[in-house]
Amino acid sequence: MSVLESMRGFMRRDQVFDFLVPVVPPDLDLTHGVILYLENLNVSFDGFKAINDLNLYIDDGELRCIIGPNGAGKTTMMDIITGKTRPDSGSAWFGQEINLLAMDEPEIAAAGIGRKFQKPTVFEHHRVIDNLELAMAGDKRVWPTLGARLNSEERDRLAEVLQIIGLGDQAKHLAGSLSHGQKQWLEIGMLLMQNPRLLLVDEPAAGMTHQEMDRTAELLTSLAGDHSVVVVEHDMDFVRSIAGKVTVLHQGSVLAEGTMDEIQNNQQVIEVYLGE
Amino acid sequence: MIILRYLKKDTGGMITLSLLALITVIVPICNLLVPETSGLHVSTFTMTLLGKYLCYGLLAIAVDLVWGYLGILSLGHGAFFALGGYAMGMYLMRQIGSRGVYGNPLLPDFMVFLNWQHLPWFWHGFQWFWFAMLMVILVPGLLAAIFGWFAFRSRVTGVYLSIMTQALTYALLLAFYRNEMGFGGNNGLTDFKDILGFSLQTDATRAGLFIASALALGFGYLSCLYITRSRLGKLCTAIRDQEDRVRFIGYRVENIKLWIFTFSAILAGIAGALYVPQVGIINPNEFSPLASIEMVVWVAVGGRATLYGAVAGALLVNYAKSYLTVAMPDAWLFALGSLFVLVTLLLPRGITGLLRKKEASR
Repeated sequence: MSVLESMRGFMRRDQVFDFLVPVVPPDLDLTHGVILYLENLNVSFDGFKAINDLNLYIDDGELRCIIGPNGAGKTTMMDIITGKTRPDSGSAWFGQEINLLAMDEPEIAAAGIGRKFQKPTVFEHHRVIDNLELAMAGDKRVWPTLGARLNSEERDRLAEVLQIIGLGDQAKHLAGSLSHGQKQWLEIGMLLMQNPRLLLVDEPAAGMTHQEMDRTAELLTSLAGDHSVVVVEHDMDFVRSIAGKVTVLHQGSVLAEGTMDEIQNNQQVIEVYLGE
Repeated sequence: MIILRYLKKDTGGMITLSLLALITVIVPICNLLVPETSGLHVSTFTMTLLGKYLCYGLLAIAVDLVWGYLGILSLGHGAFFALGGYAMGMYLMRQIGSRGVYGNPLLPDFMVFLNWQHLPWFWHGFQWFWFAMLMVILVPGLLAAIFGWFAFRSRVTGVYLSIMTQALTYALLLAFYRNEMGFGGNNGLTDFKDILGFSLQTDATRAGLFIASALALGFGYLSCLYITRSRLGKLCTAIRDQEDRVRFIGYRVENIKLWIFTFSAILAGIAGALYVPQVGIINPNEFSPLASIEMVVWVAVGGRATLYGAVAGALLVNYAKSYLTVAMPDAWLFALGSLFVLVTLLLPRGITGLLRKKEASR
């Protein structure tokens, strides 16, 4: 009898086998208005504590600047969020439901976190437009990629992003021929093509002229709102120009948080930055 | 057709494929129809030699696809080539039947010589051509897929991966040298009589094999052109240049590497299968690390990341090899070594890089 029943279960046509059901990651849940939770994170490399009991919350649509002296753990923090480094302990959640520590880099990228590296990393042997095309959100499995063609909607999106990053005239140039600042923008453009909810931007103003810096500040400010943007930066003028909330990291944990003015008058921060 | 559109933009490829089409028609005609007394006659030896070169050309494309485009320096592609060759060789052995020296209807000569009573299990099925052809694709493909699954998932890259591929082919070399493996030990498989009922000694069969090699090269070229010009192909060069970036954009780098590596291994296997009936022997030397390194030299000389460059490199280096090993047998290895050093130092983009430089400056 039980054999018959299991046979019936086997033959049911309104269901598929469990292994055929695709694993659908939970949707980004922002009911509490917080997009990123980092709690009690600890990472050490060979005994050196790069991240030490770090707690950080990023609100949806916020533009947050993170500053700190060298070795404060800024890049390590980004590595944890994007899945490159696994913390020794602690938790990292994207919205209410998505556990970042259980995912690897491509999954995190697909969930909606984009990252710009400290050193601009674009595909130098490809044209600017190809760089953006490769980064575009969509089916990123092997076979669909083999047959992928741009449709008109995607072309519009490409043109739009080219416009935003101001590289419309260079669209057909090789990315390797761009200036340092333009490469930074292209990388930000690649982030935008991914349609991320959270952008992690590591030193976007490094090596830029003042004009370029102003345009970058403008670009990042305009992105906040629709996206949450986390900017790691050394240049204080740049940080002041994009305002927003500032977090100071020191020795792997948060030292102070507040507006730029508050931070600049904070006694601890002054000590860390200026010595004893 | 999208391939035609890609081909229009690939001048070097157009030239290569046109030349290929030309010799595919002309060489067999000059061999079979032009009388031997005529100056235009192409000897069977030359035709077979050219057919061998075409197989090397296909092999070079396979190496170029993973090295030039994907950035995986495989020093073990000879393994896939040889496995394809062995699969074909096993079919050809079974075709000999009772015409062998010992006249055993079932067992190949070397098994009779070793006093074996039964055909080993893995020799069953090879009496059918279709089964052997399936194995030509499956065996190299599966080996590459299993090897790649482990290697790429644990993110082994660069020189470490190259050493592992080298170790793979060396391990197979040692294994195939053993008589107990059942592949003829160091003598390998030889003394082939016929393929699909056609005697391998006749000029017509040789011409047929030559044409098959040319077609396989053409197919390999076009399929690789399709892959490299697609978004997946762009992604491959992106992985070669900035692997981390690709991962953070949201692609599974290990899967892309796995598919391309496996496809490349299959192409190498097909090349091996066409090579064996033309040279008439397959032995474990094809697994030797040196052979695999030579393949890399072809691609480096021709110019990596151009498919026609890989073909040109394979033809040129092998022509030089054929010439030098006759003219100055001791000089060949020195020539090969210095060729690699010189090309790496002076022509990092190979011979076709010179042409492209001219194109760019125009």
